Amino acid sequence: MTSTDREVTVEQCPGGPLLVRGADIIRDAEGTAHDVTRPLVAVCACGKTGRPPWCDGTHKALRRPT
Amino acid sequence: MLLPQPRGPISHGVVRLLKDDRDEPAALTGGDEGDLQDDDLQLALWMLFELHYRGFADVPAGREWDLDLLRLRAELQERLEQELRSRTATAVAEALTVPEADFPERLTALIDAADGPSVAGYLQRDATRDQVVDFMRQRSIYHLKESDPYSFVLPRLEGAPKTALAELQYDEYGAGQPHRLHQTMFGDALEGCGLDREYGAYIDQASALTLATSNVASLFALQRRLRGAALGHFAAFESTSSVPCRKIARGIRRVGLPDVVAAYFDEHVEADAVHEQVAVRHICGALVEQEPALAEDVLFGAAACLAVDALAGERLLASWASSDSPQGESSLMRAAASPTSG
Ligand SMILES: [Fe+2]
Ligand SMILES: [Fe+2]
Repeated sequence: MTSTDREVTVEQCPGGPLLVRGADIIRDAEGTAHDVTRPLVAVCACGKTGRPPWCDGTHKALRRPT
Repeated sequence: MLLPQPRGPISHGVVRLLKDDRDEPAALTGGDEGDLQDDDLQLALWMLFELHYRGFADVPAGREWDLDLLRLRAELQERLEQELRSRTATAVAEALTVPEADFPERLTALIDAADGPSVAGYLQRDATRDQVVDFMRQRSIYHLKESDPYSFVLPRLEGAPKTALAELQYDEYGAGQPHRLHQTMFGDALEGCGLDREYGAYIDQASALTLATSNVASLFALQRRLRGAALGHFAAFESTSSVPCRKIARGIRRVGLPDVVAAYFDEHVEADAVHEQVAVRHICGALVEQEPALAEDVLFGAAACLAVDALAGERLLASWASSDSPQGESSLMRAAASPTSG
């Protein structure tokens, strides 16, 4: 493995997901590894996604006053 | 793609001009229900914009910069922009008065407040297989050039919003893998439905509002003056995709269409959850920080996207509701049978 100076950055979107840039793998609470296939991924932060660990927009239903 | 069948005097005139028959198009007249639902006007504008994308096999490439065509395009564009501005004035004014909001919050509030009819909900639960296929055919007009309009905006930006737009487009264009190009994935999905994946194959069956959906993106993206509106449009489009795509994918599986059809929508559940944030925050937020005067236009572009989408959804659902016989007319057959001249 080559040394790398690439950094992983995380941005919390208000009321939304975590945007993660520069990761190769996201490991969830159970220890399962999920491959990262795009430059930037949205990781669910509301806990209600149907496609964990990825955000699927479900947080919108939570903030919408129904 | 070959030139479509004209649908009235304006599109007829455009076809004549494109074929270098130096006839002036007919004088512009308004349809009763406004320009967005005017088949003739939307088709004429669609052809004029198309010269800047892939063009037509039966039109000389030089027509792209023909002065008569550009003059006509400018007139039609002006009409469409005015109609969109008046339809969205209230929504934009409301978004501008949201108290103590930063720009991404303003934009998000505008997008969240929109409530069009849920085509996705209908596709998920009730649509027949034929209706799902009908939906795919109408969507082919835009999705075979999905996100292309916004690439025209790149050279008009600088700094952070440019980097963010390029990153978003990189993902739309397959992130380095041709088979992941979203346009290609949509072509695969069309094939999975037994449809023709050829660009523009269903142009003669596209409804006025299907054409308008494409035209509004081109209207904004092809004019530097409207770069803010173009990016607001993109943000609204991306922000109203993830949740509907989840429902549509379920509907596709429910009616028994192959996985390759659902795969396009599965990809968009995940991709657009990212794209939404990038478009609202990294693109539009950064643009308005650089150029605060563009705030209103960004909101206008987003509101225009939502207004056209709501109208198109309403019409599509109404057309399905009125065709309940087993081999009832689809929205397409009706669109294809709508009066044309010439
Ligand atoms: Fe896409
Ligand atoms: Fe997208």
